Amino acid sequence: MIQTDSILTKVIFVAAYILLAPLIGGLLAGIDRKISARMQRRIGPPILQPFYDVHKLWHKQVIAVEKAQSWFLMTYLILMIFTGAMMFSGTDILMCFFVLSTAAAFLFFAAMVTNSPYGYIGAQRELLQIMAYEPSILMTCVGFYLVAHSFEVSKIVAGPVSRILYLPGFFAAFVFSLTIKLRKSPFDTSASRHPHQELVKGLTTEMGARNLAIFEIAEWYETVFLCGVVAMFILNTSWVSIPVAILVILAVFFLEILIDNTNARVKWQSMLLISWVVTLVGGGVNLLILMLVR
Amino acid sequence: MAKIHKSPWLLHYDGSSCNGCDIEVLATLTPVYDAERFGVENTGDPMQADILLITGGINSQNQPVVKQLYDQMPRPKVVVAVGVCACTGGIFKECYNILGGADTTIPVDIYVPGCAARPEAIIDGIVKAVALFEERSEEHDALRHEKKHGQLTPEEYIRKAEENSRASEEAAETKAIDVDKNQIHGNITGELTGHTMNKLRHIGKGKR
Repeated sequence: MIQTDSILTKVIFVAAYILLAPLIGGLLAGIDRKISARMQRRIGPPILQPFYDVHKLWHKQVIAVEKAQSWFLMTYLILMIFTGAMMFSGTDILMCFFVLSTAAAFLFFAAMVTNSPYGYIGAQRELLQIMAYEPSILMTCVGFYLVAHSFEVSKIVAGPVSRILYLPGFFAAFVFSLTIKLRKSPFDTSASRHPHQELVKGLTTEMGARNLAIFEIAEWYETVFLCGVVAMFILNTSWVSIPVAILVILAVFFLEILIDNTNARVKWQSMLLISWVVTLVGGGVNLLILMLVR
Repeated sequence: MAKIHKSPWLLHYDGSSCNGCDIEVLATLTPVYDAERFGVENTGDPMQADILLITGGINSQNQPVVKQLYDQMPRPKVVVAVGVCACTGGIFKECYNILGGADTTIPVDIYVPGCAARPEAIIDGIVKAVALFEERSEEHDALRHEKKHGQLTPEEYIRKAEENSRASEEAAETKAIDVDKNQIHGNITGELTGHTMNKLRHIGKGKR
């Protein structure tokens, strides 16, 4: 039903992503903070708070510790937009994840370039996080290929039934790695997101004013991209799959908030071990069954 | 206009204190008082903070640290001194190592007295600081606008920006919070009353 074959549809989807993703991502971030506050029996900030934060950051005085940082972060943002645009235009999902990894490398450079000890450790932990979630997302691509016989997003979402029926293990492993990608406890070792203050601010220690605003906006683009990948598991040729996909995305998001609020941060060794075990068991068993059934 | 007043990020630093005010500052972030509903976020990073919350007095060891933290904060910024120790040196004022309150090192805008300052008073101070922050950010925006359109030289821009960051004497007094009359340990000048001195002598001798 979702025919992304025509150029016009592709252009519309890409334009919609580029314009709407920061708004949706920011709203999701605001809803995240509100629900977290309510879980902790607090009132919490208004839902539009992330937009107020970014607006304020844009107007602060720029103290440039190292000018190259701005270029690295701008590249990170552009590559992140590129990733999402590629996915929403229906091309190769594997290439999308490779571009995502390149973007993550530029984020690593942005944190390392300032020679701050806190940024340095945060950046190294960011690399460890990448090591923890890469197997899972690559296995996800493998799973998609096995059921759809193509890496193209446009073919994966155009199946007769939802892909999740064949890929429950892969879905579980992917949602597990979402905890790492979305920087939620117990796997938020690299950037001490609000209000934790281990390593000052970890990855984002030396990012202030405009740089931090760019980082936040890139995170919003990434959130929408990841929600899109979750939707890929659910979407099929029937139009009913669209509201179901939205419901599943919201349920997964709520699950991530719940996990965030009920777990303390683990050491990076535990993060690697746990995520690899889940990927091997969830993805591996699913893979074996798929190979046997086909 | 910029909605900067909706997003004040704090940096909390403790000089030389008993940590009572620090615990009260942390208490303002707990569910009972919940400062986060104003968009306040306790960031530990001076580069990302708008409001510097100082507790505790200044001694010669932490004076350069406090100065550096203040300098590392990007403009526009506001300083709030929480607790009598940060206002004037408080109960430790006569000690040989304490130089005084936070205003010996950096320009303080808002004084929140109390020993320890109550969370309600701290939130009151933060709200007043946010209002001042909004004023400063409008001046900052106007200054940036002038600089962008070539009406100011770089030296003039820096001089005017620094002036805007400093509080004037009259402005500081009008923004001080009223002392909570239930606080008995020390008054706003930090001198101990005779009543309190007697209590301390009794405690020193092991009596209650």
